[in-house]
Amino acid sequence: MPLLPRIANLFFRTRVEREIEAEIQSHIDLRIDDNLTAGMSEEEARRDALLRFGNRTSTKERVASVDFALGLQSIWSDLRYAARQLRHSPGFTVTAVLTLAVAICANAVVFSVLDALVLRPLNLPNSQRLYTVEQRELLNSYPDFRDLRDRNRAFDAVAAYVIAPVGLNTGGNPTEAWVIEASGNYFDVLGVKPYLGRFFQNSDEHGPDSAPYTVLSYSYWKNHFQGDSGIIGRTVEINRHAFTILGVAPPQFRGIELFFWPDMWTPLVDQAQIEGSSSLDERYYRDLFLIGRLKPHVTLAQANADLNSVAIYLKKTYPRDDDGMLFRLTKPGLGGDFLGPPVRAFMTGLMLLAGLILLAACANLGGLFSARAADRSREIALRVALGSTRRRVLRQLLTEAVVISIAGGVAGIAGSVALLRAISAWQPIPIYPIHLPVNPDGLTYAFAVLLALLSGLLFGLAPLRQVFATAPWQVVKTAACTRQGRHWFSTREVLLVIQIAACAVLTTASLVAVRGLERSLHATFGFQPQNALVVTTDLNMAGYSADRAPAMQRRMIDAVAALPGVSSTGLIDNLPFTGTNEVPVFGSNASDFRSSRALTETYRYNASPGYFQAAGTTLLAGRSFTWDDDKNAVPVAVVNREFARKVFGSVQAAIGRHFRTGAKTRLLIVGVVEDGKYSSLTEAPWAVFFRPLLQDPSFATSQIVRSEGDPQQVSAAVQRTIRGLDDALPFTVSPWQQELSFALFAARMATISLGVLGLLGALLALTGIFGLASYSVSKRLREFGIRIALGAKRSELLEAALGRAFKLLAAGSVAGLILGLLATKVLAYVVYEATPRDPLVLAGAVLAMLLLGLIATWLPAQRALSIDPGKLLREE
Amino acid sequence: MARNDFQGSLDLLVLKTLAQRGRLHGYGIVQHIQRASEDLLQVEEGSLYPALHRMEQSKWISSEWALTETNRKAKYYKLTAVGRRQLTEAESSFEQLVRGVRAMLSYA
Repeated sequence: MPLLPRIANLFFRTRVEREIEAEIQSHIDLRIDDNLTAGMSEEEARRDALLRFGNRTSTKERVASVDFALGLQSIWSDLRYAARQLRHSPGFTVTAVLTLAVAICANAVVFSVLDALVLRPLNLPNSQRLYTVEQRELLNSYPDFRDLRDRNRAFDAVAAYVIAPVGLNTGGNPTEAWVIEASGNYFDVLGVKPYLGRFFQNSDEHGPDSAPYTVLSYSYWKNHFQGDSGIIGRTVEINRHAFTILGVAPPQFRGIELFFWPDMWTPLVDQAQIEGSSSLDERYYRDLFLIGRLKPHVTLAQANADLNSVAIYLKKTYPRDDDGMLFRLTKPGLGGDFLGPPVRAFMTGLMLLAGLILLAACANLGGLFSARAADRSREIALRVALGSTRRRVLRQLLTEAVVISIAGGVAGIAGSVALLRAISAWQPIPIYPIHLPVNPDGLTYAFAVLLALLSGLLFGLAPLRQVFATAPWQVVKTAACTRQGRHWFSTREVLLVIQIAACAVLTTASLVAVRGLERSLHATFGFQPQNALVVTTDLNMAGYSADRAPAMQRRMIDAVAALPGVSSTGLIDNLPFTGTNEVPVFGSNASDFRSSRALTETYRYNASPGYFQAAGTTLLAGRSFTWDDDKNAVPVAVVNREFARKVFGSVQAAIGRHFRTGAKTRLLIVGVVEDGKYSSLTEAPWAVFFRPLLQDPSFATSQIVRSEGDPQQVSAAVQRTIRGLDDALPFTVSPWQQELSFALFAARMATISLGVLGLLGALLALTGIFGLASYSVSKRLREFGIRIALGAKRSELLEAALGRAFKLLAAGSVAGLILGLLATKVLAYVVYEATPRDPLVLAGAVLAMLLLGLIATWLPAQRALSIDPGKLLREE
Repeated sequence: MARNDFQGSLDLLVLKTLAQRGRLHGYGIVQHIQRASEDLLQVEEGSLYPALHRMEQSKWISSEWALTETNRKAKYYKLTAVGRRQLTEAESSFEQLVRGVRAMLSYA
């Protein structure tokens, strides 16, 4: 009989049974009729008919069993029996389901993120032929891009793009938006078709600022233009320049970077208008991502060879700028090699950890199931004695495991969906349009269900040996349970020790991370973010020209400085941790300016007078900038202590000396300030020099406002002041400490993920120890009963019951603590001042493990102590 | 050798009955086999009904509820095309069995 009708019959059971009943009744009635016709009395006729039919009930059962198909029917009853059994022990069921749910949830989440970031190719046509072209410093300059575009033979086409913030005016208030400036062939290379209108193309470009067109992203169009299809051809102002909206990109196209979702695209040739200045003619200025579509049948090796023949040409032709040129290809999507390898390694590591967690969960559940089977050994023996096959008993136990695994799987999937939704909606750094593009799809669910069922089978089979070792005569024998042969460590115990160790590692590591994070919040940055506001502006967004910008910046400083409560204020082009300009510096007599001949690599900042005071950076020697350090004065610089030490030997030796950044710029050092942190909290001291904004102007600046007053009031006053100066200038005001969230992001993420994993590990170690302890108590209940009857002390009993569990706990914890302390060396790369030699961390970890042990053994201990010997001996 | 057992014989009897009489209910089948075998064969209801349901699920026979001549509701069975083929097979394998047994008995 085909499977479907059988399953259908299961659901229509009563109907089928009624029909069989009716058929039997009709049979009997027909015989009664015949008997009456043959002349019997009514009573006789009925009696004879019933007699002749034989056992009505058993016939009905047999017919029904044909209809219900034996196998399915018994699976159903197994399921119901399993559900009933599980309902009888809610503690066990909840523990098992929760353990599995947590493990499945962790795996589904990690897998989904892994899938989104690493496994899934870019959502673009033929994306396996797309490659990011990088050179040693990852990014490329526009002139190099043009040479590469025209000289390579491996690619169908190569496009260039860069990300930039702009001020966008659509007729109301100016707002900030993120654009991708792209070469004309960008959309063609990616193979994207417009949702509305058209995209800009190579043919639109006729030199600098020749293509005032923009393409909106679908979500920006929906959110800011209410999906109005009439906007094509309309003009918007980007940084005070008119741009015509050409089209709208399709909904699923969000550029190439997985994390970064732009609001719009503009032609790269308009860079001067968009950014206020253009670096398109500067071969040394490398800020472009390159992406190319490989020609069919060109292998990676051939492409690399071809690119490097271009590199050799560039080296020969432009020795000054393209000295060490070397190209390579990487997978697009994660900013090339900038983010790619660390993200991939991190995700793979996380997946492995999640897998280990699931394995540990299975081991635990296996332990719990063994303990349960031991509890039920009498029942099992009884069933075997009554003629049940061992296979049948095992099938029953397996059914229970599968019920648990399905429940756990469903709970785990529900949890992971909620978590993934939150992750998708999460914008880790408010000022950037950064998203984690994870969408749980069929693959994720299939993965989770498969994992759940597999683990169900895995732990369901744990009591296999017990069931097969059950002999029916054990029911008859009074000594139902005996200790099995003693072996050193069973596999399960080894697993448990590993698990406890892993848990201890995670606990230690997360404690170290938390402490490190706490310390880094109070670390010396080389500036003081407390009591300071940051006003971010980009004068270019309001259409200032290069000659009007410095005057406006001076007005901003003067107006804010005059506010009550403001003690000092100053501008800098890049706040520490928000981006660096790497510049090689040369001796004052240098003539060869290839980067290989540099004295040292440095970061360059441009700052206004008053910046050091406002930022709280201590001046060690000399002077800081004044308003007299302008275009007509001697070019000057302030360097940090590391710069002075590295280049001139000491702080004092640096004052009054010169250095060069190029043939034309010879800078006089007028002051030395303290060292600080510039690109990350964990970096080594780095040489830095500052230039006066008046000598080296910048449109985009952050203004530090230091005040002792109420931050809210000061912030409001600052906002009024800036708006009063120019109401078309977009700006943001926020506490400096909030701006630091970016710098602390990696450390925070590490702390959070370690904390979550530590918690998971702790949970699993908990159920693991719990399983082992309950198992050993269950197996020796009788023994304990007798011991109590013979007057054993409680402490002795506890020792016997839980000694082994505690020994394992101790072994695992010690191993884990040592490993954890070693692992913190690795952690020190991410978390500032993560040191394992912290008594608080050690004490915390030991305490956590002890607490775990106590909680996990509490219930089994209670059970061992509350044994009533009289009852137990009667029962057994 | 032909496969044969009691169940096989019961199937053969039922199929043959339906082939001879067309549509028939369970009680009718019992009566027919008894009459046609001159009271030599008596089918037990406890075996007949499971066999009928099994054959129906194997699609050898089909069933429907209908009224008898005496106006009682009964479940009527009739042969399907598959059942007809099955009958031919069962008949020939039964012939073989009979021939085999007879040959065995008359072996001197």
